Amino acid sequence: MAYEGVIGLECHIQLKTRSKMFCDCPAGFGAAPNTNVCPVCLGLPGALPVANRAAIDAALELGLALGSTIRGRSVFARKNYFYPDMPKNYQITQYDQPLCEGGALEVMLEGAARRFELTRIHVEEDTGKSFHPERLGDRRISRVDFNRAGVPLLELVTQPVFRVPAECAAFLTALRRLVRWLEISDGDMEKGQLRCDANVSVHAAGTTALGTKTEIKNLNSIRGVERGVTAELARQQRTLDEGGRIEQATLLYDADHDRLAVMRSKEHAHDYRYFPEPDLPLLEVDAAWIEQARSRLPVLPWAREREFVALGLPWYDAAVLSEHAELAEYALEVMRGSGVKLASNWLMTEVLRVLKERDWTPARWRAQVPAARFRDLLARVADQSLPGPVAKQVFGWMCDGPGEVAELLERHGVRVQSSSAELEPLVRAVLAEHPGPVAQYRAGKTATLGFLVGQVMKKSGGQAVPQVVQTLLKRALDDGSPGA
Amino acid sequence: MTIRREDVERIAELARLEIPEGRIERVAAELSAVLDFVGALSRLELGTEAPPRFAPAGAPLRADEPNGRRLSNHDALAMAPEAEEGFFIVPPIVENLEP
Amino acid sequence: MSAELWRRSASALAAAVRDGAATAEAAVESGWEGPAAVWESTVHAVVHADRGARAAGALAAGETGGRGALQGVPVIVKDNLCTLDYPTTCGSKILAGYHPPYDATVIRRLRAAGAVVTAKGNMDEFAMGSSTEFSAFGPTRNPYDPSRVPGGSSGGPAAAVAYGLAPLGLGSDTGGSVRQPAAFCGVYGLKPTYGRLSRYGLVAFGSSLDQVGIFARHAGDVALAYGVLAGNDRFDATTRPDPAPDVSGWDDGVAGLRFGWPENLWGAGVEAEVVDGLEAAAGWLERAGARRVPLQFLPGEYSVATYYLVATAEASSNLARFDGVRYGFRAATTPDLRALYTRTRSEGFGPEVQRRILLGTYALSAGYYDAYYLTAQRARARIRDEYRNAFRSCDCLLMPASPTLPFRLGEKTDDPLAMYLSDIFTIGANLAGIPGLSVPVGLSRDRLPRAVQLVGPEDGEPVLLRAARAIETRGARAPQEPEFAWPTKG
Repeated sequence: MAYEGVIGLECHIQLKTRSKMFCDCPAGFGAAPNTNVCPVCLGLPGALPVANRAAIDAALELGLALGSTIRGRSVFARKNYFYPDMPKNYQITQYDQPLCEGGALEVMLEGAARRFELTRIHVEEDTGKSFHPERLGDRRISRVDFNRAGVPLLELVTQPVFRVPAECAAFLTALRRLVRWLEISDGDMEKGQLRCDANVSVHAAGTTALGTKTEIKNLNSIRGVERGVTAELARQQRTLDEGGRIEQATLLYDADHDRLAVMRSKEHAHDYRYFPEPDLPLLEVDAAWIEQARSRLPVLPWAREREFVALGLPWYDAAVLSEHAELAEYALEVMRGSGVKLASNWLMTEVLRVLKERDWTPARWRAQVPAARFRDLLARVADQSLPGPVAKQVFGWMCDGPGEVAELLERHGVRVQSSSAELEPLVRAVLAEHPGPVAQYRAGKTATLGFLVGQVMKKSGGQAVPQVVQTLLKRALDDGSPGA
Repeated sequence: MTIRREDVERIAELARLEIPEGRIERVAAELSAVLDFVGALSRLELGTEAPPRFAPAGAPLRADEPNGRRLSNHDALAMAPEAEEGFFIVPPIVENLEP
Repeated sequence: MSAELWRRSASALAAAVRDGAATAEAAVESGWEGPAAVWESTVHAVVHADRGARAAGALAAGETGGRGALQGVPVIVKDNLCTLDYPTTCGSKILAGYHPPYDATVIRRLRAAGAVVTAKGNMDEFAMGSSTEFSAFGPTRNPYDPSRVPGGSSGGPAAAVAYGLAPLGLGSDTGGSVRQPAAFCGVYGLKPTYGRLSRYGLVAFGSSLDQVGIFARHAGDVALAYGVLAGNDRFDATTRPDPAPDVSGWDDGVAGLRFGWPENLWGAGVEAEVVDGLEAAAGWLERAGARRVPLQFLPGEYSVATYYLVATAEASSNLARFDGVRYGFRAATTPDLRALYTRTRSEGFGPEVQRRILLGTYALSAGYYDAYYLTAQRARARIRDEYRNAFRSCDCLLMPASPTLPFRLGEKTDDPLAMYLSDIFTIGANLAGIPGLSVPVGLSRDRLPRAVQLVGPEDGEPVLLRAARAIETRGARAPQEPEFAWPTKG
């Protein structure tokens, strides 16, 4: 029996605002337990929420970037349930009437542009963190830290538009890039800054009725999402093949063992008794506020990708260079006036390597090597006035300190040897030292030219311009110059 | 009676309250009496639009700045029934079980 | 005169302290040395007292510049308002011993004006009650007749102001919990317009209904306290952004003021003495130049029904935080999380609180939300419109505060519905978000306090206070502090 999968994703994006969603505690990461807390986010009696404007700004930016409709009046609601990491045993979220509806995320998948539609985006608060049971004396206990309680989250729900796990992975990769691009979140899944639950069902191929869906939680990485969804699709298909039924359930994915465990829950556990939050007025977002958010939007990643492709680069390059807004901008600046493919290659290999090794942001790179300086380096590579090895050396110096190309060469006492006057003696010397290869060349084995060029390069300490060396050598060999 | 035993058990579960077996019927009767009284509302003509909000509109949102009412770890834990090394301590949380 | 400092109004006392004629400490201790010594063991208005905290408070008052509007004035504060220097237990075992790490905004404003928190007042548990018989710390009794209730849920502050522990009290009013005990104890009790006094630090019961309220023995003192406390608070998103109404003209008289007279509300079910009090008050208002406007008004049963769905629904959610995890009571044996929650809450909450949590949970639960909660919110809008409509033809309404004079302890504790119906005249103002003021109108034949209630449109506090003043002076322009009808020990 052939099946088709139907997958929807529910993503939570942790915002990197300075303060929490409903109180003024710092929203940062890594502090000692229960030190970023106040009466509001600890759920102390008498405390009240007040909404953070920057979190709404972030939601508007994301919604506008994705083409969602922004609701002028949206409602905060309480979602009521008991859990130790919940300071109030209700979460302030949005239920009916969320801030953003609709929209779609554009993703390049295997060379084709795909659009994955969204249902909604809304604002809510994060819970605290609870930890697995451990021993305290002779008892088993769990610990709870409320530093994270109240940090702003955006919940983004897709339509059930994915058919295969690879689409889910591509979507999440693009979403992660977007939230980083907009600077609203660091989107690191391992740190829980981007989380994803998947709703999965299967139905017989060729039919339209959807199957019963299950929910998978605890997918902590993009790879985890792919594998968890794969495992669940397989499980459902196996179940149906064996004549069983799919029960609605919540499953936890265990990445270490690549398996799914069913969460046991009581029958009425999910009656959240949503009602509008009486402690907060309607969230009113007027046209002026929306325009302000729209004016802050940078050129979006997929637009940058198209710019690179329009310059003649392949989609692969366009995608790599469009990982970061700063990098894309820098790349385009560098490409204004130098070879596009050359620039792309240098950026994708040398520059990205440095960023990774030194843990630099593209902004840090730009501060170190302004676009104009990099452009200059590349221009000299392009016109062959800097041989490859020397160019790489200069690049290394640029990473470590200031200085234009000429300055750096001067400072390090490196001279590029490019004149016939300098190189003729070296050429003659090599021809004299290697009569065998010379004879082979003259006998028709033109490939030995490369060897001879290499020898001259070695003699010059890598400072000779190879193209010039090659020209001189060829002339000497073909002419039958002295020393032959 | 509007509220039956199963209703009391269900809502007690949701509210994390334990009603002793012997009291369930009595609680059902008390709640039913109140709900029957409340049924008077069905006599009013009320329409079907969304009700208005009662929180006054127009209050500006909060600026994104930290360090207003932050508590020290000591104060945060001062009233905790059980605390250890900066954390609140609770009975063990079993991952796939609703508490 | 220093031995009688406790008799003075808040405004007179503050003036004396500002002028150096009395110290803050003397002002505060006067209430303890005099009336508390006589009354407190019978009345039990106070649930937390601390001589050291009072002294520290008096000292701190001196450090605010000495010119505060409430300089040196002692205030008794209902035990559901967070105070740094006293426990805050909401009359409940589940918060026994709880010390919040912050002051409520209204407490901060009191202190900034030079006032001193003199004690925490007893209350029905979590403000759920109309008699202060549902406190985990024992009932409070009415100083005018200790076999009777002081009203609730703010019975402690009302009784303490009535017997003279302090000239001012703060309570909370969700369905009448300031106005009804004020009426039962013969003092003024104001529930402000929703959003005019900050709820930050008031332990929430019905969030869209709760307001901090003011008790005093003189209309002018209500105005004084309101001026200090009212206004936007950045920690409470439900406070109004524009400036609070100016009540400094509270003594400007009522010439031309129209008061609505909804006589259909007190046909059956309202005691004769209560009606006599209404007639007297109406007469005094007319004597002072106001005009009576008879009108019909929606009967209160709809309000009570609506209230008991909205308030309990919100409360069921607001009280979920009491779970033994971060503060408060935790049951002795909690082998697992489920036991932690259910045992803590079942042992920590009293029966009335549990009843209301169950009711509210039901009203919000799947399948019932539309029939109950949503319907109640629509009814509420309708009730608000009724008031708005009435205020097109009058500036305020004159009506009872309670259908009865103070009832006896134990009289209604077995009949929740009867208890709920005692709020029938006060609940409407909470539902509509409008201000209401209980005004004492002397004593009944049996020397029990009689009162009336003035209800106004949004931001109608200035009108209510002017009308209250006219009643206070019996319709004649009178000296600044008409004599208060003190309870007598007998």
